[in-house]
Amino acid sequence: MKKSILLFVFCSITIFSLGQIPNIGLKDVNGDLQNLSKYTSNGNPVIISFWATWCKPCKAELNTIAEEYDDWVEETGVELIAISIDDSRSSLRVEPYINAMSWEYTVLLDPNGDCKRAMNVNNIPHTFLINGQGKVVWDHNNYSPGDEEELYNELIKLNK
Amino acid sequence: MKINFFIKLGLLILFASKIIGQNNSNGLVSGNIQTVGQYYQEDTIINAALPEHLYGFNGFANINYQKGDFKAGIRYESYLNTLEGYPSTFSGIGIGYRYLSWNSDNLGVTIGNFYDQFGSGMIFRAYEERQLGIDNSLDGIRINYEPLKGVNLKGMIGKQRHRFEDGLINGNGIVRAIDGELNINELFDSTNNWKLKATLGGSFVSKFNTDNNTTLFNMPKNVGASSIRLNLRYKRLRFSGEYVYKINDPYPDNQNDNFNYIYKNGEGILLNLGYSKKGFAIDFSAKHMDNMLWRSTNVNVGPTDLLIGYLPALTKQHTYNLAATLYPYATNFYGEIAYQADLIYKIPKKSVLGGKYGTSIALNFATAYVPERNFINDMETTRNSYTTSLFSRSDSILIQDFNVEIKRKINTKLKMSFNYFNFIFNDNAVKVANYYKMIYAQIAVLDLTYKINRHHSLKFETQALWTNEDKGDWLFGQIEYTFSPHWYIAILDQYNSGNLDVDKRVHYGLISTGYINGSHRFSFQYGKQRAGVFCVGGVCRAVPASNGLTFTFTSSF
Repeated sequence: MKKSILLFVFCSITIFSLGQIPNIGLKDVNGDLQNLSKYTSNGNPVIISFWATWCKPCKAELNTIAEEYDDWVEETGVELIAISIDDSRSSLRVEPYINAMSWEYTVLLDPNGDCKRAMNVNNIPHTFLINGQGKVVWDHNNYSPGDEEELYNELIKLNK
Repeated sequence: MKINFFIKLGLLILFASKIIGQNNSNGLVSGNIQTVGQYYQEDTIINAALPEHLYGFNGFANINYQKGDFKAGIRYESYLNTLEGYPSTFSGIGIGYRYLSWNSDNLGVTIGNFYDQFGSGMIFRAYEERQLGIDNSLDGIRINYEPLKGVNLKGMIGKQRHRFEDGLINGNGIVRAIDGELNINELFDSTNNWKLKATLGGSFVSKFNTDNNTTLFNMPKNVGASSIRLNLRYKRLRFSGEYVYKINDPYPDNQNDNFNYIYKNGEGILLNLGYSKKGFAIDFSAKHMDNMLWRSTNVNVGPTDLLIGYLPALTKQHTYNLAATLYPYATNFYGEIAYQADLIYKIPKKSVLGGKYGTSIALNFATAYVPERNFINDMETTRNSYTTSLFSRSDSILIQDFNVEIKRKINTKLKMSFNYFNFIFNDNAVKVANYYKMIYAQIAVLDLTYKINRHHSLKFETQALWTNEDKGDWLFGQIEYTFSPHWYIAILDQYNSGNLDVDKRVHYGLISTGYINGSHRFSFQYGKQRAGVFCVGGVCRAVPASNGLTFTFTSSF
């Protein structure tokens, strides 16, 4: 039975191209509504990373990228959108955390999982790389130290 | 049955591929799949029973279709048989969620199943927490409308998802809900550049249900709840407040007469004040909650069934195993008064204390008490049972949780974090550990990540819990080896070293390995898991001990 799952999935990998960014409104930490598609329509690459304040590997990934983020932006014009799936129990922890960690990312809140569902995210961390035309060109559902280098390599490829 | 599921799934995927295989003007198909299979083995030492079906399997496949402003989707679900510890009200295969929606610039319509939340969700939250088996999506119609920039209105009506038996089964109650939110700075141009930012919101939710298991009382068929909320921000300072109120809504309670079919109105208030800047944050929250259980039925159902409201717990969600699963806290439905304070500070890099890369410190303190209740002896007449006043607490503590986290990058290869937890846990009221007395516990955790080279790293985690109560002391150790970006393998062991009953000083060993490729993820796990409490977002579910092999696969496309 597991074989049949695998079969279907491998078929699906070859058939499907990765999707586009949903036209969905999310609040930023200031409470202002932002449309996700607006970030992906300015010709520059975008990284979308789903995370939560209670997710250790997510925070490890975003804190690691934060150390090099200035360089990434300078080299490629990339913008990182960190979408928090913290629900109303923990979403108030998002703003203190991102400020204390000095993240310079755009942070959006998805407290009821609407964007998570729209982007077919099963579990976090899940990171997407979107090219200047708004198409997902790479994604990865996990974080191990070193994964950020693969993301960086993919990002550099876009600029060539 | 299983084969049937995969044939149907295959057809769906083929159908989907046909759409996408044609050109893009025909729309876009996307989706995801998640499957968990378990093979159980009996283990009398840890009390893991062997179910007669030997295997458990939960599978979910979402398929979404989008063309322009139009969207549609389904979720195919299978419980063959339901995993041990998952709600037994889920069985069989079928479609558990389907919707059609249409959106223009300022108007959106959804027909079918949908999820939504008003404010912090206290009087309305339709959501999915698949790991816990919670899904109370509303099945009906929703309209979103933005008549002016800065004004958002929502209205919806429907029935809640309750069970799954070869398909979606809704509860009997009808939920009607409206919500409005004003962003003052967007609404009035003259306030656009103000340093003070304000958002104001309000909602009204009502339910209609005729479920009734008693002839003793006259049950209200329509019950309403309302809320107002305000968010303010001035430079780096922010404030948010929400007040909720619910009229008489009696529920049965076989255990405690003081709460059995009482007609008292419910109310709650949630306040937050925070200040944060680069490298520093401080945050306070306070909550008073009284009699805010809010379901679309007034008969006894499972603890997480048919809830219309979500009552957020004012505690930090812990992730380290011993801290997260032995003494977790969920909001007390009857009422509680709770406070929480947080402080985060990043000691700058290249300072004496901060070291070369900086050090971060996070302190968290949370506590909750039983409200002061004056019982008024009116059970033969008005049945309000008691009176309370806002933020008036009794001396009876429910929990106290103080924790510290210190994180430091030692050099380019080594990262370290140290955590300390101090818990006071009133199991007589919370009833999670089945100990029914006060529990005092301390936990220490040391977590090291060593990056061997660009792709290989090792992670060590050791935890210890000390307590004289309940099951006594615990030890935990984990070693994980990751090979970025595709592989990981981990070995872990939990040992109940301090159990007073020497026969119960058991090792719970587990080995876990996985392969990740893009959005596709496979993992295997073999070993023993102790009975415990599994929580997401302050909602908890008891999970029985188990022994055996687990296979998980997730993917999205």
